[in-house]
Amino acid sequence: MEHIHARSPEREKTVLKIKGLRKNFGTRPVLRGIDIELVKGTCLGLLGPNGAGKTTTIRILLGLVIPTQGEIEVFGELYPESIRRVKYRIGVVPQMDNLDPDLTIFENLLVYANYFKIPRKVARQRAEELLEFFALKNRRNEIIQNLSGGQRRRLLLARALINKPELLILDEPTIGLDPQARLLMWQRLEALRKNGTTMLLTSHYMEEVSRLATQVIIIDNGKAIARGNPREIVEKMLGMEVIEFSADEERLNELAQLLKECNVETERVGTRLYVYIKAGCRELDEAASTMPHVVKRPATLEDLFLKLTGRKLREN
Amino acid sequence: MFRVWYRNFKVWLKHLQASLIGNLGQPFLFLLAFGFGLGKSVPEIEGMSYLQFIAPGLVASAVMYSAAFEATYGSYTRLSTQGTFEAILITPITIFELALGEILWGATKGLVAGLIMLATLPLFGVVPSTWALLMVPLLFVEGIIFSAFGLIMTAIATNYDFFNYFTSLVITPLFLFSGIFFSLKAVAPALRNVLMLLPLSNIVDLSRMLCYGRFNQTMPIELELLIILGFTLLSSWLAVILLKRRMIQ
Repeated sequence: MEHIHARSPEREKTVLKIKGLRKNFGTRPVLRGIDIELVKGTCLGLLGPNGAGKTTTIRILLGLVIPTQGEIEVFGELYPESIRRVKYRIGVVPQMDNLDPDLTIFENLLVYANYFKIPRKVARQRAEELLEFFALKNRRNEIIQNLSGGQRRRLLLARALINKPELLILDEPTIGLDPQARLLMWQRLEALRKNGTTMLLTSHYMEEVSRLATQVIIIDNGKAIARGNPREIVEKMLGMEVIEFSADEERLNELAQLLKECNVETERVGTRLYVYIKAGCRELDEAASTMPHVVKRPATLEDLFLKLTGRKLREN
Repeated sequence: MFRVWYRNFKVWLKHLQASLIGNLGQPFLFLLAFGFGLGKSVPEIEGMSYLQFIAPGLVASAVMYSAAFEATYGSYTRLSTQGTFEAILITPITIFELALGEILWGATKGLVAGLIMLATLPLFGVVPSTWALLMVPLLFVEGIIFSAFGLIMTAIATNYDFFNYFTSLVITPLFLFSGIFFSLKAVAPALRNVLMLLPLSNIVDLSRMLCYGRFNQTMPIELELLIILGFTLLSSWLAVILLKRRMIQ
């Protein structure tokens, strides 16, 4: 899929630059000053609990939400004046499946190409290539209603690529998919990334973000609370490994007391104690060998995410 | 704008049959019941048989029903359940183009319904004059008005039931009181002036005039055209504004 590459060499290496972005819905602030920078050829993951402001940020980029305050520059052009020109160069996989149910797979791509003023002949050729790449070729004349969830998602991604976008925006691209279908999506997305497609990704699947994103920003309550390379920020903010102890309260209290000597961070959740290890510690090793229910594993983005945004359910 | 229109056209071609029968059924039934049935016992109006009198107005009503139906149930489905509007708005198509494309599409469907109705009038013994060719632009403009009305409703609707208000409080009264079934010349002048301010009255009046090439319209042509133009611009403008408010936060 070499054609996904940028059409012209951009003088600007920064594809997207957002400064001090704020949005209030009525009196309720959704974004409270967010800065984002996305470098060409990289994939930036926006993480956050429901209602954190990820989708609002994306909708602002697409002109579907008017920001209250803030500066936005895409491909070196300032919003809102440039928004229409910019959108010719963006592809979007929306969270909600909004494929055209009355049209076939192939027609979906052609009708969409028409919105980008892509000449018919070029559109047909690109549609064929995309269907091939996304393993949908033998279903090209199928009506959308007859497709599986995975096929629909692949078609949404194919549709987003019909204009050879220089920036691909993925809002929860694998939401609701089974593991096999998700794996296939990831493989395709990885192939695109290797080809240098710049991506902005939001997701709730930490594995997805760890796999695809080169940079992440964790957003909570409309503010960025952490940012950096996913592996580096986990190491820096949590440590390399996590040990999970499960025991009764008394036992865990003792243990927490003991570990105060160590250079570790601990977190109590019910009958579990999470210990994030930055450096080795004798007390910890001893405890690990005497306690019955112990799990030791590498620290993940999910640990960091839960640590920063809390383990409580987010519901408005 | 035409890209949005084209998408709808392409889908429509797939459901041609159901769509046509659905929209034309009612005006045809009225033509049969009132023209042939009731018409037999009604004296001539303005020098025409009752069937002749109501036929052009029923053509105009077919346009109204078809355009209004498309811009409410059709557009609302694209706005809500299908998410088509959103899918379009994430491309370079603007909300302005989307709204106008939807209005033009509703108007197109209205025009098609009206023209089919007009073309079948000879079967009922009603023969239009060559002036009737000018009904094409008139009916298209009518389509724009009622398509825009429908889109206004779509922009403020929260569910399909909402359109019941529109049908029973706007469309049905217009159908009954716009001079399709009785002559507005015959009502008291004060009432006539009020009724002639309704969007459909002038179109019915001009349709009847063009259909038979008899220039005995109710008010001066300039005034009737001005009212039609006013409704066209006002309703389209309002539809764009309200759809923008609905789609862009």
